[in-house]
Amino acid sequence: MHLTIAWLYGSKMNIYGDRGNVLALTQRARWRGIGVDVVEIGIGQPIPPNVGVFFFGGGQDQEQIAVSNDLRGAKGAAIKAAVEDGAALLAVCGGYQLLGHEYRPHDAAPLPGIGLFDLVSEAGPERFIGNVVVETERWGTLVGFENHSGLTVLGPGVAPLGRVRVGRGNNGHDGTEGAVYRRAVGCYLHGALLPKNPALADWLLAGGLERHHGPLELPPLDDRYEVAAHASAVGRAERTR
Amino acid sequence: MAPESPSRPRPDLRLGAALAAAKLTSSAIRALGRGGGTAAPGLLADRLDPALLAKLTARLPRGVVVVAGTNGKTTVSRMVADILEADGSRVIHNRSGSNLVRGVAAAFAAQASVGGDPRGEIGVIETDEAAFPEIVRLVSPRVVVLNNLFRDQLDRYGELDAIATKWRVALAALPETATLVVNVDDPALASLSDGIAARRLAFGLDEGRHRLVSLPHAADAAACRRCGADLVHDALYVSHLGAWRCPRCGLARPPLDIVGRHIELHGVESLRARIGLDRPGDGGQPRALDVSVGVPGLYNAYNAVAATAAAHALGAADHAIVRALGAFRSAFGRIERVQFRDRTLTMALVKNPVGFNEVLRMLTGTGDPATTTLTVPTLIAINDLAADGRDFSWLWDVDFELLAGGTAPLFAAGLRGPDMANRLRYAGIPPERLTLLPGDLPTALEAFVAAVPEGATAYVLPTYTAMLDLRRALAALGAVETFWKQ
Repeated sequence: MHLTIAWLYGSKMNIYGDRGNVLALTQRARWRGIGVDVVEIGIGQPIPPNVGVFFFGGGQDQEQIAVSNDLRGAKGAAIKAAVEDGAALLAVCGGYQLLGHEYRPHDAAPLPGIGLFDLVSEAGPERFIGNVVVETERWGTLVGFENHSGLTVLGPGVAPLGRVRVGRGNNGHDGTEGAVYRRAVGCYLHGALLPKNPALADWLLAGGLERHHGPLELPPLDDRYEVAAHASAVGRAERTR
Repeated sequence: MAPESPSRPRPDLRLGAALAAAKLTSSAIRALGRGGGTAAPGLLADRLDPALLAKLTARLPRGVVVVAGTNGKTTVSRMVADILEADGSRVIHNRSGSNLVRGVAAAFAAQASVGGDPRGEIGVIETDEAAFPEIVRLVSPRVVVLNNLFRDQLDRYGELDAIATKWRVALAALPETATLVVNVDDPALASLSDGIAARRLAFGLDEGRHRLVSLPHAADAAACRRCGADLVHDALYVSHLGAWRCPRCGLARPPLDIVGRHIELHGVESLRARIGLDRPGDGGQPRALDVSVGVPGLYNAYNAVAATAAAHALGAADHAIVRALGAFRSAFGRIERVQFRDRTLTMALVKNPVGFNEVLRMLTGTGDPATTTLTVPTLIAINDLAADGRDFSWLWDVDFELLAGGTAPLFAAGLRGPDMANRLRYAGIPPERLTLLPGDLPTALEAFVAAVPEGATAYVLPTYTAMLDLRRALAALGAVETFWKQ
């Protein structure tokens, strides 16, 4: 079995250890004997047809403008089509915002997104910084670290990833964090997120494999360090915010 | 040429009250044994007279040097202070490393009389990246040293672009009489300092060995600041620092005035370099200084070149530079060796991905995964208290994959010890080499030392507050002295 991971704009959109998410997907596949290719998709490069999982990280403002321009047209459409066809996707922070309808900065023209997620984001007056704990039905408790001033409001076409128990989440008001559409997840959780939330990592991995290999069950791994990291991060979140 | 001494100031009651308050608080804190007493007195004095730092530094006849940069600012400022002292100057310096406005004010208050007379003629200020613009505004420095700008503790500073913008404004406001000593191997710093009114003294390395094969994962600033194309490197030394150029528009590293060459690295002990004063700003002949420096690693070669350039800009004699660098030893906690229960512990502070990568490179002797073997038992202690930075995402940007090929047992501990152990698992460290030590750091230290054979060497890599905890534990057992006595 083989999996192709497409890392969108990896050299430009990788500011908070986002690489850890790609490492988690790669290693959790390899430990199960599944071959993995990680393909970095830069500006001007097309989306290959065989992608199982997309990863799209956060970037600084200058990079985000270039990336928004590059996503317009065929490239954005190809990502949307892949997700409709069952590809898995994780987008964090800047990547999350650019997959919504648009992002409205304070003092510049709105950046159009590709509308994969039914949501809009705008620059807020305050920066949300700190540990976050999110309760979800499908993956249990998730833990990560947020650092964003963008405020995201979900439309009816997406479900929230979960409810914020510690931290601020999408917008600091409605108690939601992140968004889910089919096998695509967007959120503000750095951490890196997947290494210490292995249930979510495996759900994305399974989805990515199923797109080309049909339904399957991933064998369990020895997750003692993942579980320990998760538990200590939840404990630190409760004590620091 | 030294500026004229300021005329004798009138007694300043507000300044006097602020100084007296700062001194009293500092003594009280020390008497209570609550630590070095470095920041709280500054907070109080700052309330009493916000202009304290500006007033004190204005009374320094030979002016002030301000040192900033993500990595190396403590080391560079201590090197500059040591060189100036070797040159016969009396120096005032925030040597304890308290580098926000209040900490600097407290350190300077402690080194002035209650009447407001500084006990020295020249000031050296190490400043935090975020405090840099405010400190420059307050003290009107004669020389500014910028060492590098890396990703560090983004939860505290906001993103790099935001800092760079504030630095650009501060640098543009420097007068023609000021000198900016800047590492132009860093493309962002070269761009920030381009076309400013102040004199620019550019430094960097020109070195055939010690090159990185590729850009590390933690590297930033790969795009040309003029045209946006990806920069290429003819040589890459530390993170994104090196001889860079833009293949599209031709923008390139500016010519170097002060250059580090022929660098020899001696393990975790020391280094040697030939520092070329290729374009000395003093009108003298180009010349080279052969220096040996009592701190290890390629990043310390950068620090020594930065300090040499700054000292040279201040008119220090060449022999003072060579002597002070030769006698230089590591700043508190940066790297030190401790004898403990018949083991030798080498402790090196880690605080961001670039620094951590360079420490790993120093410990493994190369930057090349193919030839790397770490064989010495190593404890990595990660805390996430405010002084460390709450966000530990950056552990995923450190190239721990370098360690996968070695044989060393690796131990993780601290408030984020489990995250660290998990990071090492994903770096491909086999389970039999990996141990997560539970409990507080003193307990973890005991367990770690027990696992190191008697007579052997071990490495300890802590974050800032983890280092404080470990030093406290070691000091209680008689292994090291407490830092504010230094």
